[in-house]
Amino acid sequence: MSEATIDADLPAVDPRGAGAEEPDYLRAETSVRSWLLTKDHKRIAIMFYASVIVFLMLGGLFALILRTELLTPEKTIIDANTYNQMFTLHGVTMVWLFMIPAIPGAFGNFVLPLMLGAKDLAFPRINLASYYVYALSAIIMLTAMLAGGADTGWTFYVPYSSTSPTAVSWMGVGIFVNGVSSIMTALNFIVTTHTLRAKGLSWHRMPLFIWSIYGTSVIILFATPVLGMSLTLVALDHSFGLGIFDPRYGGDPVLFQHLFWFYSHPAVYIMMLPAFGVISEVVCSFSHNPPASYRAIAYSSLGIAFVGFFTWGHHMFVAGMSEFDAGIFGALSMFVAIFSAIKVFTWVATLRGGSISFATPMLYFLWFLFLFVFGGMTGVAVATQSLDVHWHDTYFVVAHFHFIMVGGTLTSFLAAAHYWFPKMFGKLYDERVGLLTSVAVFIGFVFTFLPQFLLGNAGMPRRYYSYPEQYQWLNVLSTGGAWLLGAGLLLTLANLVIALKWGRQAGPNPWGSRSFEWITASPPSKHNFESTPLVERSAYEYDLPEEVARARVPAR
Amino acid sequence: MNELMRKILFLPPQASTIASEIDQLHYFVILVTMAGATLVTVVGSYFLFRYRRTAVAADARRRGASHATPLWIELFVVVSLFGMFLAWWVIGFWQFMRVRVPPEGAMEIYVTGKQWMWKFAYPEGANSIATLYVPAGRPVKLVLTSRDVIHSFYVPDFRVKQDAVPGRLTTLWFEVKEPGRHEILCTEYCGAGHSTMRGEVIALSPQDYEGWLRGNLPEPPVAGPAYAPPAVVGEHAPRELVSMVRQGERVAAEQGCLRCHTLDGTAHLGPTWAGMFGSAVQLERGGSVVVDEAYITESMMDPLAKLHAGYQPIMPTYFGRIHPADTAAIVELIKSLRAVPVQPGGRSPWATVTPEGAEAGARAREVEGGPASAAGEIGDAGTGSERP
Repeated sequence: MSEATIDADLPAVDPRGAGAEEPDYLRAETSVRSWLLTKDHKRIAIMFYASVIVFLMLGGLFALILRTELLTPEKTIIDANTYNQMFTLHGVTMVWLFMIPAIPGAFGNFVLPLMLGAKDLAFPRINLASYYVYALSAIIMLTAMLAGGADTGWTFYVPYSSTSPTAVSWMGVGIFVNGVSSIMTALNFIVTTHTLRAKGLSWHRMPLFIWSIYGTSVIILFATPVLGMSLTLVALDHSFGLGIFDPRYGGDPVLFQHLFWFYSHPAVYIMMLPAFGVISEVVCSFSHNPPASYRAIAYSSLGIAFVGFFTWGHHMFVAGMSEFDAGIFGALSMFVAIFSAIKVFTWVATLRGGSISFATPMLYFLWFLFLFVFGGMTGVAVATQSLDVHWHDTYFVVAHFHFIMVGGTLTSFLAAAHYWFPKMFGKLYDERVGLLTSVAVFIGFVFTFLPQFLLGNAGMPRRYYSYPEQYQWLNVLSTGGAWLLGAGLLLTLANLVIALKWGRQAGPNPWGSRSFEWITASPPSKHNFESTPLVERSAYEYDLPEEVARARVPAR
Repeated sequence: MNELMRKILFLPPQASTIASEIDQLHYFVILVTMAGATLVTVVGSYFLFRYRRTAVAADARRRGASHATPLWIELFVVVSLFGMFLAWWVIGFWQFMRVRVPPEGAMEIYVTGKQWMWKFAYPEGANSIATLYVPAGRPVKLVLTSRDVIHSFYVPDFRVKQDAVPGRLTTLWFEVKEPGRHEILCTEYCGAGHSTMRGEVIALSPQDYEGWLRGNLPEPPVAGPAYAPPAVVGEHAPRELVSMVRQGERVAAEQGCLRCHTLDGTAHLGPTWAGMFGSAVQLERGGSVVVDEAYITESMMDPLAKLHAGYQPIMPTYFGRIHPADTAAIVELIKSLRAVPVQPGGRSPWATVTPEGAEAGARAREVEGGPASAAGEIGDAGTGSERP
């Protein structure tokens, strides 16, 4: 990218003649209106990106309030009702406003068409609408938070949620609307992957990120409607006393748990699969090596998407489910772990024989490796029925899913934020600061959540405002870690924001990646490619020198 | 070794008979998990170092290794991993069955959760709130339900936990090894007082337990402040200690159960309670169900859910109209009648019997004290040691 293209007033058709570059998507048009009504997938991605970061900070703020309250066994800063609302808001914000839209909404939107050699997603208007529907859901949820919040936990278990005096119905409406946005995005991704692949880009040449986004989209399409319906029923129960889940009127509270987890267990994979995709890209790009087994990674994404639908019962071993059912669900849960293990082994094997540059995304991969394997295997541990009886609804479970969600998804989100930073903004972040903040995030994370495993072993139940004194010092340790983690994340953000303005120019392909999104300029022009590329190789041809590899995707 | 691992992992004392066995699996699983995560990370770190770009640039032979991992290695790793998970599952499921299925002859105690306290009703008629007294060295089966929202009964020292669900009965059992005190925590979020919904299991020696049943509260067996029960004791609890079976007879009469159900095996509007417990019942919609605590309670709360074949759908729901302790008493009454033979002649068509007659008949039986009362006396006889 030459200096000339920085000029914001440069017209779309360069008067100086052929060969001169189009302005990039950030500078093609600069009015506010051109952003708000854009149909460019890259700009919509940036809007998602900014929004999810705001909600990450909001959810993080809730978490810090929670952790600070737990410094002492009794009241520290807030009362019990505020505490109960706070953990509900933390869960709702993090799950629906950050975790689920984070990687697909920001990075998926941005790089998926680039990876496919497409000009945009299949339905640009639906894409824009999905952002506004997401924004609407966020407004509804924030309004509900201000109008009394909800104190049910993000799981909304009935009959507590249908009788709680708080704004449960509005929260349910917000989540319903949020689900509509997820479905719109998922549909768009699926159709785009099927119809807009560049010429020559067969399924087995696609970057692995596409496979994982595709798997995610399939899960969203099948699971989200169930969540929407069951939360609608809770809202109706709550508002009009229909009694669908209320035993006083012949309803069944355990039925709700089945419906809820039928969505919410696959939702774990909605949050995890995009992270797997990011890791696959990062590992291959920085080790300059093709994946040790392309098919193993690609198909295991689909395997997880499929098997993930049959494991929800492991959330309910002590809810009064039959022993037989518990046995089946326990065994099925282990299959998911096998698919995840295949991925982990393949990533590690990919490093072997590579030529590895150790940049910040790679350090995040290393953290991911430890945290995800530990978090994942404790997942198999809690699917082991006799152990789960002790661990269920204790801090062990809290620690386990934070290892997956934060240790897995958030580290991948951060890896993606650094890896695609040059692609999105054309600048390079400061590598040393990046590595240091990454270390701070890791140490903060470990101090926050490792003590929680021990708290759970000791028997401390989750969602406890006050707790017996023997649990105090581990809680203090965890709170200290949470503050460090928060500081690490803020520094990470600061490093990237500073790089936006003062970072060095990146050039089109700073990592020497062979993946297709790096074929075009960084940042790309409004229409991504001057002409539709013709793909004559796979996304991981590291045996070829970079020039040759580029020549095999004639485009631009 | 056990003690050391237990302390490293912050596990609470192993006070129940199954706790140490479960902890063994716990150690195995956690050690493998830690080893696995560490191994993968160490191997990953080694590769990151070994194949770093500066080293590879200096010596291209490093990169020479073939990238494709042989299929057999992958298969071997995956299959052995699967084998290990399967081992966890087999042991875990086997233990789970032990944790879930109470042994024969376990003493039964009815537990009701409500916001935000636990209430306990003993077969001998005693009641207690927040503090559960049990004899050590004897299996105890808890039959749980809830009056309002879902709660979960959890004793970390016993490694047991069970949700208490409104409108349902669930069960849990444990056997305490020695006299002592153990914390009860609620682990299903149930509102503002969730974290204060705590209680205590006090395991007494058999002699002390007998004494407690007779009303002599022994000194707390372990040093510490004596537990003061909350002031709401006795909201519905009977003043005097009566047996659950006798209380069940009273409730059955008061609630009108005996207008349709008989205790002596004669036919009537509803199925007789004699010999019903433990038998298999044909359902109106096909299939059959074994009559147990859960089925009886469900039939009280939602009578049409599993309608007994051959009977009209006329029974009203008792949800919200009967106190949980009384529900338990009815269950105990029906249990006590399991050995009473059904009268010959089978059931009569329901239309031929008038409700008035039924009521009169029931009252007569209640006054005379038929086989039902005799069965009740058996239930009364011991302090619970030989309950069926």
